[in-house]
Amino acid sequence: MAGLATTLGSGAMTNTIAEIGDAACILAIGSSTTEAHPIVGYQVKKAVRQGAKLIVANPQEVPLARFAHLYLQIKPGSDVALLMGMARVIIEEGLHDQKYIEERCEDFDQFKQSLEEYTPEFVSDITGVPREKVVEAARMYAENNPASILYCMGITQHSHGTDNVMAISNLALITGNLGKASAGVNPLRGQNNVQGSCDMGSLPNVYTGYQKVTDPAAREKFEEAWGVSLSGEPGLTHTEIFGAAYRGEIKALYLVGENPVLTEANAAHSTEAMGKLEFFVVQDIFLNETAQMADVVLPAASLLEKNGTVVNTERRVQRVRKVIEPVGEAKPDWWIVSAIANEMGAEGFAYNSAEEIFNEMTSLTPSYAGINYARLEEGSIQWPCPAEDHPGTPILHTEKFNTPSGKAKLVPISYRPSEDCCDFDFPLVLTTERNLYQYHSTMTRYSEGLDELSGGEHIRINPKDAEKMGISDGDMVEVKSRRGKLQVRAKITRNSQEGVASLSFHFAECPTNLLTSAALDPVAKTPETKVCAISIEKA
Amino acid sequence: MSEFITLTIDGREIKAAPGTSILRAALANDIYIPHLCDHKDLTSVGICRVCLVDIEGRRPTVSCMTPVEEGMVVSTANEELEQTRRMNLELLVLNHDYDCQNCAQNNKCQLQELTRFIGLDEDRIKAMRAPELADPIDDSNPYYLRDMNRCVRCGICVRACEEIQGDECIDFVFRGIETRIGVLGDKPIIDSTCTTCGECVTRCPVGALVPRHAVEPTYEVETVCPFCGCGCGILVGARGGKVVSSTAIPDSPSSGGSLCVKGRFGLGFVNSPRRLTTPLIRKEGKLVEAGWDEALSLVAEKLGRYKGSEYATIASAKCNVEDNYVMQKFTRAVMGTNNIDHCARL
Amino acid sequence: MYEKHVLICAGTGCISSGANDIRDVLAGELKNRGMEDKVRIIMSGCHGFCEKGPIFIVYPEDIFYCEVKPEDVPELVEESLVKDNIVERLLYKDPVSGETVINHDKIMFYSKQKRLALRNCGVIDPENIDEYIIRGGYIGLKKALQLAPPEVVEEVKSSGLRGRGGAGFPAGLKWQFGLNSPGDKKYIVCNADEGDPGAFMDRSILEGDPHAVLEGMMIAGKAVNADEGYIYVRSEYPLAIKRLRTAISQAEEYGMLGENIMGLGFNFKIKIKEGAGAFVCGEETALLSSIEGRRGVPRHRPPFPAVEGLWGKPTIINNVEALANVPLIMREGAAEFASVGTEGSKGTKVFALTGKVNNTGLVEVPMGISIREVVFDIGGGIRYGKKFKAAQIGGPSGGCIPEEHLDLPIDFDSLTSAGAMMGSGGLVVVDEDTCMVDMARYFLNFTRKESCGQCIPCRLGTTQMYDILEDITEGKGRIEDIELLDELATAVKKGSMCGLGQTAPNPILTTLRYFRDEYEAHVIEKRCPALVCKALLQYTIDPEKCIGCQRCIKACPVNAITGEKKEPHVIDQDICTRCAACYEVCPKKVQAVQVLSEGLPESKELAVVREEGK
Repeated sequence: MAGLATTLGSGAMTNTIAEIGDAACILAIGSSTTEAHPIVGYQVKKAVRQGAKLIVANPQEVPLARFAHLYLQIKPGSDVALLMGMARVIIEEGLHDQKYIEERCEDFDQFKQSLEEYTPEFVSDITGVPREKVVEAARMYAENNPASILYCMGITQHSHGTDNVMAISNLALITGNLGKASAGVNPLRGQNNVQGSCDMGSLPNVYTGYQKVTDPAAREKFEEAWGVSLSGEPGLTHTEIFGAAYRGEIKALYLVGENPVLTEANAAHSTEAMGKLEFFVVQDIFLNETAQMADVVLPAASLLEKNGTVVNTERRVQRVRKVIEPVGEAKPDWWIVSAIANEMGAEGFAYNSAEEIFNEMTSLTPSYAGINYARLEEGSIQWPCPAEDHPGTPILHTEKFNTPSGKAKLVPISYRPSEDCCDFDFPLVLTTERNLYQYHSTMTRYSEGLDELSGGEHIRINPKDAEKMGISDGDMVEVKSRRGKLQVRAKITRNSQEGVASLSFHFAECPTNLLTSAALDPVAKTPETKVCAISIEKA
Repeated sequence: MSEFITLTIDGREIKAAPGTSILRAALANDIYIPHLCDHKDLTSVGICRVCLVDIEGRRPTVSCMTPVEEGMVVSTANEELEQTRRMNLELLVLNHDYDCQNCAQNNKCQLQELTRFIGLDEDRIKAMRAPELADPIDDSNPYYLRDMNRCVRCGICVRACEEIQGDECIDFVFRGIETRIGVLGDKPIIDSTCTTCGECVTRCPVGALVPRHAVEPTYEVETVCPFCGCGCGILVGARGGKVVSSTAIPDSPSSGGSLCVKGRFGLGFVNSPRRLTTPLIRKEGKLVEAGWDEALSLVAEKLGRYKGSEYATIASAKCNVEDNYVMQKFTRAVMGTNNIDHCARL
Repeated sequence: MYEKHVLICAGTGCISSGANDIRDVLAGELKNRGMEDKVRIIMSGCHGFCEKGPIFIVYPEDIFYCEVKPEDVPELVEESLVKDNIVERLLYKDPVSGETVINHDKIMFYSKQKRLALRNCGVIDPENIDEYIIRGGYIGLKKALQLAPPEVVEEVKSSGLRGRGGAGFPAGLKWQFGLNSPGDKKYIVCNADEGDPGAFMDRSILEGDPHAVLEGMMIAGKAVNADEGYIYVRSEYPLAIKRLRTAISQAEEYGMLGENIMGLGFNFKIKIKEGAGAFVCGEETALLSSIEGRRGVPRHRPPFPAVEGLWGKPTIINNVEALANVPLIMREGAAEFASVGTEGSKGTKVFALTGKVNNTGLVEVPMGISIREVVFDIGGGIRYGKKFKAAQIGGPSGGCIPEEHLDLPIDFDSLTSAGAMMGSGGLVVVDEDTCMVDMARYFLNFTRKESCGQCIPCRLGTTQMYDILEDITEGKGRIEDIELLDELATAVKKGSMCGLGQTAPNPILTTLRYFRDEYEAHVIEKRCPALVCKALLQYTIDPEKCIGCQRCIKACPVNAITGEKKEPHVIDQDICTRCAACYEVCPKKVQAVQVLSEGLPESKELAVVREEGK
């Protein structure tokens, strides 16, 4: 997000899902597409059937790798080296799009210079991928147009996640793969409305539509609309909030629809932090592990019990509609928050419907200005949609980028290793992954059947590592990191890279994030759940 | 070449785009040609042999595999075609578990539709040698059943798996009368690479692949899947205040009519008896049920004490646009802080 | 150098009856006598007369010895090779006249044949390319390479060559389609998936003259601008595969295959793909699917392979026999080839002649020859003086031709109009002891099992027909079954997707057409006139003849026979399982056990009524 905002001026999927099927080349990096985004996975497989080249780069041999023409089993955290290494090959072999770079990009020379570091030996050493495969990947990506890059948490959940994202954008820019159909840089967003939550300013530094809280003009606009004075100081990020709570600086927390006991990196730390709160409100549809710690728990309506809109990973605003009445006394989230505000005597929360809220929001949000419920009845709209006669924007950056100059930035990047390094005591790298049949930690665990299909939690270990540690398939093992430990059954699989083990984080029985590191990306403040040094021994 | 081809079907002049099959051109013009193995989302294969038509100057052929041609004169029915078709259908019926009352597809079944349209010679079916239909039902998957005794071997499931899902985990296995749809090693479906996306189940024209615990909804509502960021359009069916079904919206721009296991089968959490139904307030260390009034005034009173930097909201990417808007507005305008974030980075 | 040449047949048939042992004994014998330099041993391809194998021919005298055993070899060396005598007892004896024949072309089996496709089989050493070249090999290719593709197509077109695999589609026309199909990449596929039970002409050509097939493929390649070929051959043909591999490597060595063939700028490579034995893979689209590594099932045509074939590229598929004719056409000219045969069917056809004839084996006859000539002249008539009943032509999907059509000329169109087909050339002769209903059942059992299972009529229809036929042969037939069979057969023929289903009903349709009375006897009278269908037979003991030896009592596995020693025995029909054990043990001189199929008493009356009704 932050990475793309720097280079392109906008941090979202540049293209649409349906276009992926027509790409000539797809690079899926840090994404287990078929597991985490099955429908996007269908499109990728369709593209392959139609003759597209597929490159999969991932430390673990994810199911999509079966369809790949080229599978690069990179070492965890080595993405920058691979991407910049590919960029170097592309430029050395003259496969870059000179005209595009001249017309639409800035800082090519500095960028080119920064590639010097990425000699074939260096790249091969860092990534563990043989030199010729890096060259092959570079050629495959550069020579098959349009080429689309898909990435996910495997790119962002690193202490250098922003670097990873900028390296991806660099690669797409030098080959002219931005601003046209079936190309682009496509971060696949994890949850049904994660794009919408960001768009709505559920972020510490921006109001709706990424209007900065530090921008006086924006602040003034919202002050006027809401009839209050607002703070111009950016707030704390997710991980920082837990840190501040731990130190006693945050005393009251209102937590909605999340389960940090399972999902937060270094979960023991955040659990302890929540324990220190003076007042803790949780709003959810289930009494999950976190809600059990709350002072007050408020019952929310599920997505099928309320009206509203959601924004999917391709910036598509879609209507959701109430199918059944909320169970018991559960209420829509907006109703609950508004009721609290009203109870506190605040003005401006007398909402009667989701639509009223939506209209207020669009009046304050230029990129949503042209969207209303009546239009959404006709069909979904992809933002930006600045006016009612604007059709929406399936492909970003077709004319210019959202940077001050209108040109995209090529960013020199130097390689930084991951924070949490292996050593004698913690010889293996743990990386987290997702399971098709589960979704974060809560909803799917309550849907009968999905649990059965998912087969439960296992730590996936390479046969060679397992042999060294004397572990057999199905053994109960103890996994330790510098932050915590847990017990789980082992699955021995060649899909796991030697020296790397993986866990999902869906299961309360196996709270993976007790192990993971909360080391943050300095810009995006995303925790490094994808690289964590661990040890494994038979329990 | 003109944009449309003109041809005559049963004396009616119709237009169709080049490359369209006679069958689909006819169906698009409300001319019914009986068919079984053709599906609009999939490539045609011409294996059920039910959609036979007569084309002037040619031998009878299957209309699903014959592209329209300029000036073609097609007739969809004559004595010879009907005889061939009827025998074909009678053979199918004979080899099918015709216990419609106990079939989830009853009244939605393509075989029933064919039977109504083509008609059967009951005496002739009685004269035929009925096979023993004793294939065990594969109930290994928690969400759907596979009943080979009801399967017509149209291969729609095989093509759905190959062309929509892309995993190719099922195929025709064995030969001759033993031919069935199976997985590698003819094992139960649960032991295959099947990811239970249900693209086959939703397209099965008969009762061979049916959702388990299928309940007919009383009404259906168009909405969006509550799980991942793909944002697939779903049509959710409800009955008696419970969510009972979910199907893909065919022309959903995000998902194009596809779903995965979660969106199609995983909505059961909404009906879970473990859902929160009332506010809970911690009293003497325990969370106890409370009314909204009590909960709201408690929260309002308490939060009022922490306005400013001592307060934070963690919003949710599982909540709607409107919910998030109100949460950040509340945080900023009422609580006077920008301490709001959500799980976008997880 | 050599004074004599001994040609030992090394076809699969003769090898299994001991040809290799004969070679070893002969080689040893020659060595002992120091005659290695004087007598050359040639292991040739199939001579077609497998029944009489191993075959041992001495040249230059052309003395045809048959059914030779290893222990006969010293005598053959001593007499035939050293002393120039003839070993009378190993000569062929004409089954009709009883006379011995010395030269092989004087044998009726051979004298009416015209060996074009089999021209080199049994004549050359198939593992030696030089022998092929000496006999005019690769001249046709050279001619073709000096012509433009349309000229090659034209030559084959005017030869009138039709496909030899089943449907008899004109080869030249097929090539024309292939040539007209746009595309840089085209393929030639040789269909060597010979699947008809009993047919082995393709195997014999591959084993006996592999270069003819390679040359034919290359000429086809030149004709349509293809540069790659596949030979799809059953893995049950290991010898054919071995000889093909040898032939390919020799041809490559000689510059007859590969890059810039004969220096004429034409490139062609040939790969061998082994099939796993599914009958339906002989169907061209299923075959292509199998080469591509997918399940071998047919697909709808059109598009035909000549337009959209292997991996979607234009592909010409011809079978072995058709391709083996091609070099000859190019070498001798289309007119020469067209001078043999009939108006619509040019050249020859190889048949696998089997069944109740005296001479069985592989025969190549000019198109237009009558069935009578094949059965009675080449085949030497019916064994044991029995009566000819029918000839089943065209394999399991062919049809039977009754006695009244014995003078039918053998060509594509006459056979089709009589309800049979050329097929790949199976020709089974049956006599009065064959039950036609049972024969139809037998063939349906084959096709129903080999149906790929995709299309409804073939998958369900063939089994339904089989089930009905089985019931009929077991005495459980119903009067309405005959009409039902007829309707089913018609629907399956019209409704099926590929050739397998479209032709599978032929055995039923032709037997219903020519032998309906046998069906009626089974269904109405519960009687099998040919005494084949067990359930309809009665084994009885003639009390007049029975000597009371109790052999049958001991042999009966179900204790159905009772009787005191030296008293006539009786079979209890309710217990009897019709296993024929009693029939077999009853002394030949006594012959007290008799087989009858009398039918039901009431059905006899019905039969009378029916007779009178006529």
